[in-house]
Amino acid sequence: MIIPHPLLGPRDAQEFTYLGDASLINRPDWQSENAMQEFHDYLYLRDNPAGLHRELWFHEQGDRSWLVVTRNTMTHEITQVELASDVARSHGRSR
Amino acid sequence: MTYSGFRVIREALTGHKGWRPVWRDSKPKPSYDFVIIGGGGHGLATAYYLAREFGEANIAVVEKGWIGGGNVGRNTTIIRSNYLLDGNEPFYEFSLKLWESLEQELNYNAMVSQRGILNLVHSDAQRDAARRRGNAMILNGSDAELLDVDGVRKLYPFLNFDNARFPIKGGLLHRRGGTVRHDAVAWGYARGADRRGVDIIQNCEVTGFRIENGRCLGVETTKGFIGATKLGVSVAGSSSRVMAMAGMRLPIESHVLQAFASEGLKPTLPGVITYGAGHFYCSQSNKGGLVFGGDIDGYNSYAQRGNLPAVEDVAESGISLIPALGRVRLLRSWGGIMDMSMDGSPFIDKTPIDGLYFNGGWCYGGFKATPAAGFAFAHLMSTDRPHKTATAYRLDRFRTGQIIDEKGQGAQPNLH
Ligand SMILES: Cc1cc2nc3c(=O)[nH]c(=O)nc-3n(C[C@H](O)[C@H](O)[C@H](O)COP(=O)(O)OP(=O)(O)OC[C@H]3O[C@@H](n4cnc5c(N)ncnc54)[C@H](O)[C@@H]3O)c2cc1C
Repeated sequence: MIIPHPLLGPRDAQEFTYLGDASLINRPDWQSENAMQEFHDYLYLRDNPAGLHRELWFHEQGDRSWLVVTRNTMTHEITQVELASDVARSHGRSR
Repeated sequence: MTYSGFRVIREALTGHKGWRPVWRDSKPKPSYDFVIIGGGGHGLATAYYLAREFGEANIAVVEKGWIGGGNVGRNTTIIRSNYLLDGNEPFYEFSLKLWESLEQELNYNAMVSQRGILNLVHSDAQRDAARRRGNAMILNGSDAELLDVDGVRKLYPFLNFDNARFPIKGGLLHRRGGTVRHDAVAWGYARGADRRGVDIIQNCEVTGFRIENGRCLGVETTKGFIGATKLGVSVAGSSSRVMAMAGMRLPIESHVLQAFASEGLKPTLPGVITYGAGHFYCSQSNKGGLVFGGDIDGYNSYAQRGNLPAVEDVAESGISLIPALGRVRLLRSWGGIMDMSMDGSPFIDKTPIDGLYFNGGWCYGGFKATPAAGFAFAHLMSTDRPHKTATAYRLDRFRTGQIIDEKGQGAQPNLH
């Protein structure tokens, strides 16, 4: 698989390590009333869809940026790649 | 129809005209007492033991393709009872004991071959870990022997013993482990179940559940609605997709694992060996091909095919362990979809929905579990209590902290 890096252009997927579902960006609030439940779901449960999947890849052997890659799990086709920091900021986070 | 040597000779003399299909191609009835979704090894074994061991009747297995077309027909056929943790090892030992009598029990030649599995070690720390694992295995009634380097050399003189980076220092030998003809397991259980009246319904995909007031009443399928008093889901790599139709999210990611077969060779590898420095395992099939594999590709996938980096990685590991492999031609490779769980261990449990039971999360190791998983799932569905070797396989274990993490990797499915 080739991952089109938003800054560096097409890169071999072997340069990256894979973390998993991009929802891992959205860490629950530890002070929330349901923190136990929310952290359980956050850490352990996954949608695991067959089809489009937004997922986190780390450019470990490159610029060490985190990317959010939208990939079809039925075909491995990659349709969108964003910097994870941009995605987090668009959710209202400071970084 | 019972199989025997006499029968084979008689058929040979009469032009093989007496063989008959060994399971009926059933049409669904409006409802059953037990419906199992998924005609893989686990689903068929569950139906078999429900009828044979727990005296249940009115049972159906619903399979979207043909039986044996899933992982049960795609795996590298290794069976073993060499786990470390208490939640696991009694279960896998129970499974290996069932394998040992399976062919007599089913009157079916599944080519169960206890040729021994050798896990190689390459450092002092690895030897300590192997000794600890071996002791845990023996405590649970399994067998283990720690070999020094001469012991390994006697069995496998052609390994790369003096590799500069990962020299071979010994190995943990599990003599009762080995291989089984994988398709024959599906066929043997299908035949055994059919003979006890189980309906095997192929080309019938489950497309939804009918759930009312917290109770599961049956399934919608491509062949219409099928009612069920008790419904068991046993769909391996498709677990998340199927359970999502019942509104459940699982602690599972689906990943692709590849496997490989070489051209046929003269007898070369007497048993199964695993490399302790890279991920590589290899055995020789009865037809002569080397059958081997390594790591999962490492990203979510439902594609049933992998990418080249994993192929390269397996080939490199293989050749660094067995240099002679460099001369062997690779014949084919394929992939299967693994239900990788968050701690690398499986689930055999009830769900919050009445009448709906779940068996899954088998990762890349569910073939060896087939007899015990079938037995334990049938036990749970028939008696509503877990089998004594499967009490730890609960869906809520991440909530309660009772995870079963053999590799100590945490909630990162691609590392298990
Ligand atoms: C390459 C590879 C190597 C492996 N090597 C080993 C090994 O050496 N040792 C070992 O112990 N394990 C190994 N495994 C793992 C093992 O094969 C699996 O864990 C095990 O086979 C899963 O159980 P099963 O046989 O019931 O699965 P399957 O045979 O996959 O059965 C599940 C069935 O459910 C059906 N299904 C899915 N969705 C639906 C639906 N909606 N409606 C109806 N039916 C549906 C599928 O069509 C399929 O037939 C390996 C797996 C792979 C892919």
